[in-house]
Amino acid sequence: MTPDELMDVAQGLQEKDASIPNHVRVCTAASCLSLKSDELAKQIKAELKEVGKDKDTKVRCVGCMGLCSAGPLVSVEAEDQKPVMYQKVTVENAPQIAESVASGKKVKDLVCDTDSPFFARQQKIVLENSGIIDADDINDYIANDGYQALMTAISEMQPNEVLDEITKSGLRGRGGAGFPTGLKWNMLAKTPSDTKYIICNADEGDPGAFMDRAILESDPHRILEGMALAAYATGATEGFIYVRAEYPLAIKRLKTAIRLATKNNFLGSNIGGTKFSFSIDIRLGAGAFVCGEETALIASIEGKRGQPRPRPPFPAEKGLWGQPTSINNVETLANVAPIVRKGGEWFASIGTNKSKGTKVFALAGKINNTGLIEVPMGLSLREIVFDIGGGIPDGQEFKAVQTGGPSGGCLPEEHLDMGVDYDSLRTAGSIMGSGGMIVMDKTSNMVDVARFFMEFCMSESCGKCIPCRVGTYQMHELLNRIAEGEGTMEDLAKLEELCEVVANTSLCGLGQTSPNPVRSTLRYFRHEYLELIDGKHIPAGAGQEVAS
Amino acid sequence: MIMPNQKIAPPSDDKRWKVVETTIRRNGSSSGALIETLHSVQEWFGYLDDEALTYVAQRLMVPMSKVYGVATFYHFFTLKPGGKHTCVVCNGTACYIKGAKQLIDAMAEKYDVKPGETSKDGELSVLSARCLGSCGLAPAVVIDGDVKGNIEADELLNVLEGVINNDA
Repeated sequence: MTPDELMDVAQGLQEKDASIPNHVRVCTAASCLSLKSDELAKQIKAELKEVGKDKDTKVRCVGCMGLCSAGPLVSVEAEDQKPVMYQKVTVENAPQIAESVASGKKVKDLVCDTDSPFFARQQKIVLENSGIIDADDINDYIANDGYQALMTAISEMQPNEVLDEITKSGLRGRGGAGFPTGLKWNMLAKTPSDTKYIICNADEGDPGAFMDRAILESDPHRILEGMALAAYATGATEGFIYVRAEYPLAIKRLKTAIRLATKNNFLGSNIGGTKFSFSIDIRLGAGAFVCGEETALIASIEGKRGQPRPRPPFPAEKGLWGQPTSINNVETLANVAPIVRKGGEWFASIGTNKSKGTKVFALAGKINNTGLIEVPMGLSLREIVFDIGGGIPDGQEFKAVQTGGPSGGCLPEEHLDMGVDYDSLRTAGSIMGSGGMIVMDKTSNMVDVARFFMEFCMSESCGKCIPCRVGTYQMHELLNRIAEGEGTMEDLAKLEELCEVVANTSLCGLGQTSPNPVRSTLRYFRHEYLELIDGKHIPAGAGQEVAS
Repeated sequence: MIMPNQKIAPPSDDKRWKVVETTIRRNGSSSGALIETLHSVQEWFGYLDDEALTYVAQRLMVPMSKVYGVATFYHFFTLKPGGKHTCVVCNGTACYIKGAKQLIDAMAEKYDVKPGETSKDGELSVLSARCLGSCGLAPAVVIDGDVKGNIEADELLNVLEGVINNDA
C-alpha cells in the first residue's frame, strides 16, 4: 500500500463516518469501565433502538476522556448540534441519552462543561485520539491519520531522515529521566548488527501514575506505529512491548491491535510492499518496580529475575540477548507518529527551550478534577493544580504536590509558579518522572508521606547492591522512629547522611533516587520532622498512630 | 539428570497443562520462556505449587533454584492457594493519601488477615496492589474482580460480609 492509497482509504472511512448523522461515544477505559460503562454502552444501544435511532447512530466504546472523577463519561454528537459531554452517567440514564439523540435536546442535569479550564487549557498530541476512536477498530485509527507517518516514512524517506526529524523535534524520554530520544536512536542506528530490538517500556510502576495505561487502552495502534517508525529509523527487526500483568485491559487491546495491524500489513514482513519488515510481541511484567530500569527490564524479558546491571555497555550496544536494543517509554513512542507526520520543527515549537512538546499528567490525590491531562511543557504548577485541576476539595488548603513517584519529591506552595519542565523540576529537588502528580492538602503529614515512599523503595529494592538493599531498610527504620515520635536529632543526622550515601553509591536509578522524597520533604517541611522529634507538637493531620 | 532429548511429562493429564505446553512452545521451550510459562501456570491453576515449579524447571531445563528465584522475585506470582474470595486493596499514592490504610486495618481487625494472607477459614485473601491505575476512584479495592471506588471502611466490611455470606 502506498501513502496515497492509504490516504484514499482514510478518506473513504471519513466520508462513511460523516454520512452517519449521530455519534455517541462512551468511555470504556479502566476507570469508567469499573463503573460498568460497558453495560451503559449496551443499554444506550438498546434504548436507541426503542426510539428508532439505532440505524443512524453510531455508538462507540472509546478510550479515556480525561476527567475520571466525573465518570462514566459519554459524549453525544447529534445531527446539527454541538457535541455535548455528559458526566456520571449510569445505566438508568440510558433512556435520557437516547431521547436526547432523537430530540436534539440536552439532558441538562448530566451536562459536563467542556469549556471549563480542565478541557480548554489542554493541548493534545499524545491523547489526540483518546476518547474519540474505538481502540479495537483499526479503521477508526486509519480514519484519523493512522499509519500515515509509517507509510510515508518507509516509502518516501530514508531512515536517517526519520532520525533527523526526531532529533530536530527535541523529544526527550517520557519515562522519567528525559534522555533525548534522537540521541538514543542514533546510538542504536550506528551499532552494526543484523538483529536489533525496539522495546516499549509499558511497565508503569509508579504508584499514582496511569498515563501509559490510558494511552495503551485508548489508542494502542499509535504505539505500534511509533515502534515501527523507531525500527525503520534504527534498522531494528523485532519489537517487544513489556507491559504490566496488572493491566489486563491494556494487554487485551494491544493483542487485538497487533493482530489487526499484522493482518493489514502495517506490521510483519515487507510492510506496505517495501523491503522493511518488523514484528511485535508482548511480554508480561510480573510486578517488580525495578523492571522499569532498562537493564532490569531486559533481564526480565530474558526470563530472569529483574536485576539491573552496570552500564556501560549501554543497551544500544549490548541489550536484549546481547543484541543492540533501544528501550522507549509508551508516551515517548506515542509522540513519534505525529512528529514524523507534521515534522520535527512543528513539535519543537511547542513547550519550553529545553523541554519540547506536551506532557501527560495523571492528576490525583486531594484535588477536585482527578484524571488525565495533557498540557504543553512549561505550564505552571499553579495552572495545573488550580485551573485545570479545579483546586483542593472540602475547603482545604494546598500543601504540596508530589511529582515523579518514589523517585521524585514534594514541592510546596512557593514553587507553584514554576513552569513544569524536566530542568526546573530537578532544580527544585523533584523530577518529572513519568507524570504522576499527587496533590496533598494541609491534612497530609509529610513525614508519613516520606515513609510511605521509602517503604515502597525498600520492598521494591531488588537486593543486588548493598547501598540500596540495606540503605533503604535503614532509612525506613529511621523514618519510622521519627514518624512514631520516638526519633532523636541523631536519627535525623543519620538519615541525612544515609540519603547522601545511597544516592551516590547505588547501582541503578531506583536506589539513586530513593532518597528524593526524604530530601525534598526535609528541604521544604523540615519543621514537621523537628516537631515530631521534639514531641511537643503533633503536626496537622498526623495519623492516629502518632496521636495514640 | 535430565538429558536434552528426554521427554518430560506434565504432573498430571489435566487438560490445562496442554495450554501451558502451548505457551512453552510459543516461547522457544527454553530458559527465556520461564516468566511467560509461570504466568500461564498461574493463570490456569491459580498459584504455583512445588509440583508445577519442578515440572517447569525440568521442561525448560532451568535449575530449580532459578525457577524458585524468579517465582519469588516477582510480586505477581503466588506460591500459596488463595482464599475463596479475594480483596485487593490499592496502596498507590493517591489511595494511601485518601485512606487505604484504614481499609487494611479494618479487615485486619475483623478477619484477622493482613495483606498477603488468607483468613483461617479460607474464605478471604487480602492482597495489596502497588497501584491499580484507577486513582480517580481512590481509595479503590477489587473484590473478586469487581472494582469498588471511593470506599470507606464500614462500607467495605459490609460488602465483604455480603460476598462471603452469599456462598453460605
